[in-house]
Amino acid sequence: MIRVCAVEDVPPGEGRNVSVGDLRLAVFRTDSGWYATEAGCPHMQGPLADGIVADASVICPLHERRFSLQTGAEINGSLCVKTYRAVVHRDDVYILADVPVLAGA
Amino acid sequence: MSSKRVLIIGGGIAGQAAAESIREHDQDASITMICGEPRLPYDRVRLSEILVDGSSADTLALRPAEWYEDQRVETITGAWVIAVDSDARTITLADGRELSYDALVLATGSVPLMPPIPGIDLPGVHAFRGPEDCEQIRVAASRPGVRAVVIGGGLLGLEAARGIVAQGAPVTVVHLVDRLMERQLDAAAAGLLVPKFAEMGVSVELERATDQIFSRPSGAVAGLNFADGESLDADLVVVSIGIRPELTLAREAGVELDRGIVVDDTMATSLPGIWALGECAQHDGIVHGLVAPIHDQARVLGETLTGAGAARYRGSTPSAKLKVAGIDLVSIGHAEGDSEVISSDTAAGVYRKLVVRDGRAAGAVLLGDIRGHEALLAEITAAAEVEDPLGRLAEAAVATPADLPDDAQICNCNGVCKGQLVSAVVEDGCNTPLEVMSRTRAGTGCGSCKPAVIEIVQSAGGGANEPAYLCACAKQTREQLAARIREDGLQSVSDVSGACGTGRECGACKPALAYLVSEVNDNRHREERHARFINDRVHANIQNDGTFSVVPRMYGGVTSPDELRRIADAAEKYNVRMVKVTGGQRIDLLGVDKEDLPAIWRDLGMPSGHAYAKAVRTVKTCVGRDFCRFGIGDSVKLGIDLEHAWEGLYTPAKVKGGVSGCPRNCAEATVKDIGVVAVEGGWQVRVGGAAGANVREADILTTVETRAEALRISTVFLQYYRENADYKERAYDFVPRIGLEEIRAVVEDETRAGELLERFRIAKAAAFDPWLERDEPYHERQFSDLDDVELVGPPAGGER
Ligand code: SRM
Ligand SMILES: Cc1cc2nc3c(=O)[nH]c(=O)nc-3n(C[C@H](O)[C@H](O)[C@H](O)COP(=O)(O)OP(=O)(O)OC[C@H]3O[C@@H](n4cnc5c(N)ncnc54)[C@H](O)[C@@H]3O)c2cc1C
Ligand code: SF4
Ligand code: FES
Repeated sequence: MIRVCAVEDVPPGEGRNVSVGDLRLAVFRTDSGWYATEAGCPHMQGPLADGIVADASVICPLHERRFSLQTGAEINGSLCVKTYRAVVHRDDVYILADVPVLAGA
Repeated sequence: MSSKRVLIIGGGIAGQAAAESIREHDQDASITMICGEPRLPYDRVRLSEILVDGSSADTLALRPAEWYEDQRVETITGAWVIAVDSDARTITLADGRELSYDALVLATGSVPLMPPIPGIDLPGVHAFRGPEDCEQIRVAASRPGVRAVVIGGGLLGLEAARGIVAQGAPVTVVHLVDRLMERQLDAAAAGLLVPKFAEMGVSVELERATDQIFSRPSGAVAGLNFADGESLDADLVVVSIGIRPELTLAREAGVELDRGIVVDDTMATSLPGIWALGECAQHDGIVHGLVAPIHDQARVLGETLTGAGAARYRGSTPSAKLKVAGIDLVSIGHAEGDSEVISSDTAAGVYRKLVVRDGRAAGAVLLGDIRGHEALLAEITAAAEVEDPLGRLAEAAVATPADLPDDAQICNCNGVCKGQLVSAVVEDGCNTPLEVMSRTRAGTGCGSCKPAVIEIVQSAGGGANEPAYLCACAKQTREQLAARIREDGLQSVSDVSGACGTGRECGACKPALAYLVSEVNDNRHREERHARFINDRVHANIQNDGTFSVVPRMYGGVTSPDELRRIADAAEKYNVRMVKVTGGQRIDLLGVDKEDLPAIWRDLGMPSGHAYAKAVRTVKTCVGRDFCRFGIGDSVKLGIDLEHAWEGLYTPAKVKGGVSGCPRNCAEATVKDIGVVAVEGGWQVRVGGAAGANVREADILTTVETRAEALRISTVFLQYYRENADYKERAYDFVPRIGLEEIRAVVEDETRAGELLERFRIAKAAAFDPWLERDEPYHERQFSDLDDVELVGPPAGGER
């Protein structure tokens, strides 16, 4: 479990990128909680952190594919983005980065 | 119940279709699919997407990874089966693993045919069959100066040629016989095809027998020699001359073979417990090389293998569609017969032919105009009697998909019939074409049937009378939401989400909602950036690599030496990748990192040009009266005034203006959203023009005498558009929707015009230059990621 930022480091309803070891992750702050995915969209590596976030999904800014932040599965499509668990303790945000949580898990 | 062990060898379209059909008939069988390639089954038909736009193979997956879990289909990827023991009913994998089966399905497909000529193994010579081939061809074709040759002018060779041209390389297709696609086309249609390809940069050389590929001293390919002594230079060679069924394993297993694995009408091979389908299978003397037969075969195989039914496979009518953008071509069944009717307009490149044998429909070739191909396919498949072939051909061209019988196949890639689409709407309650497509999978293969799917869904009542929803998830229209915002005094996107549930589920409508909230509140709303597209969070246009472009405002396209110096300095200081003069008469600095945006804006000291936003962009001008010998109006002055008056205002879709100093119209004002042209005695104001994806000449709203009057009338129109257009509705759609008469009545009505101007003034007073956020960001990390945050380990006391 690694602390990646403070709660106030990410504006509500947005995402930001962070590097953890070799992994480049996007961390999202949504109405339904915090989520983390790999940073690059599986389509053509669009920056998911720059996407539009809804309750628990994100729309990639480049070609508007939409992914569930819970499972990583593309909605109405067949792609899948890796997701990671994000937890908040006091004012800090932690990622469980050594265990990718895959779609469906 | 059975708990049969089914092994499927081959994870292509055939293996996948077999798995789906078997699972449909038997919920208990254990199904394992062994995929020779290192990935889950993908849609080979869409492979050229990799070639054309660099998509990755993952985007072509036939089913998402979790489908296999849900359906309990075990997959072993990147594994090769090397032996079958049909007595012991076991197979052996290359790594030594042994698996046993009750039923074995051979779906080993085929491999590309490579002619045994010298040089075929040279680097730079590629087959066209898998993702790796496409990726390599794409990389090779995008090198500058490359000359490409495709050997083989069949369906796939032509598709490959088109993909290579899209990378910018000139291509020659060399073909052995005297016409293209000889298996699907007659000589006349094939002849019409050649100029169509020439237009897109593909030249065709017929009757060319390649007998050698020669190389440079470095070993790289340099060109081809033909049997007639001629030769052709080439740095990239793609071979697409046909396929050969992959029979290695079947031969080892001992099943009866001919050109393919021989199967009967139940899809069973000569050995008990072994079945086959797809490009490796031969039924009634025929080996198909297309997708539609695979689905027909899989339906039968699923039933007979599980013992669920007694379906019989009676062959398929081959139907091929050329997937080359800009060329419509469908060929069905036989291209020639004892009687043929043809309707052809060679000047327009249209050729339509219906082939009749013994009084029954036997084939069709449709080029340039493929209307009615679904209906013809259904008739040819049924070998329907045709009394008046010429009349039938003409009728087919005007029939709509709605007239088709229920069993007409609409989506060939996924084998979906019209009846299934209709029942998705009528029985399963799907409301929109999108829902129907994701339920039936129609339209998700090569995509060429999408227009027909949409038409059928709409005629079945799906989405027919659906209003244009701003939020499709919560089914709310712009008018409904605007009324709620007004009545309840909602101030922000969150207010609206809270009150109406809008924008919560998918978020796609948030930018539209953000615009509506700001517009109804006269720009005095509570701004929430999470509702804005990234461009409007950082006030720059995102590029394909995640960097941004910066376009400062240059009123009326006029700049100064001082501004140019600052632009030059900034471009150097921030390593701008390209400095480009735009089509909107200003300068674009491309490839700027997000973190550098505030600093570059500060150095430029110019206001934002809003080139990234749905807002007023540019007002182009021509030099006009002060310099031009024909000029009758001061177009520069009016353009600059308009841009000052309108800058900073957000609009439903982007708004571009133009002002020309005389009817020669050098500023192209007649194809702008709002354009003004100086004419003898005054200014002509035009609205609703376009010269982008659509071209539309702007309508003349009115002609006025003075510059001030032109500015006033155009502004009244702008505000009317801001208040009444749907999000993303450009003026060129808005004007015809509302009607010019109605718009004219509004701008000429003193009271209404006055009210519009008043609301415009209030909104404009609250507008500000977004680039000032360089000094007052809305959040400390508006422009930055979390890279400067120090990573630390877990907290004491554990997670919560
Ligand atoms: C930079 C520029 C091309 C250039 O190098 O000249 C440009 C670049 C883009 N245009 Fe354009 N357009 C540019 C002038 C035009 C023009 C000509 C003009 O403005 O006079 C047109 C035709 C006029 C029109 O709009 O009707 C034009 C019609 C389009 C369209 C088609 C719009 C339509 O409804 O038909 C799009 C796509 C869209 O908006 O959905 C588009 C979209 C785009 C986008 C923003 C695509 C995107 O969303 O990423 C491009 C951004 C590239 C980048 O990464 O920065 N651009 N684009 C021009 C910027 C003008 C400026 O100074 O602001
Ligand atoms: C670029 C391109 C465009 C096309 N466009 C169209 C089109 O528009 N319309 C159309 O109808 N058709 C089209 N086709 C043809 C269509 O793609 C094929 O008919 C179809 O994909 C064949 O599917 P298949 O499953 O029978 O064979 P394959 O896709 O060849 O699948 C067989 C699989 O089995 C595996 N395999 C073989 N032997 C073994 C073994 N011993 N152990 C483990 N695995 C093994 C192979 O690796 C392969 O992955 C196109 C083909 C290409 C290449
Ligand atoms: S429209 Fe052309 S001719 Fe007329 S003033 Fe402008 S530049 Fe001169
Ligand atoms: S890169 Fe994400 S949708 Fe294309």
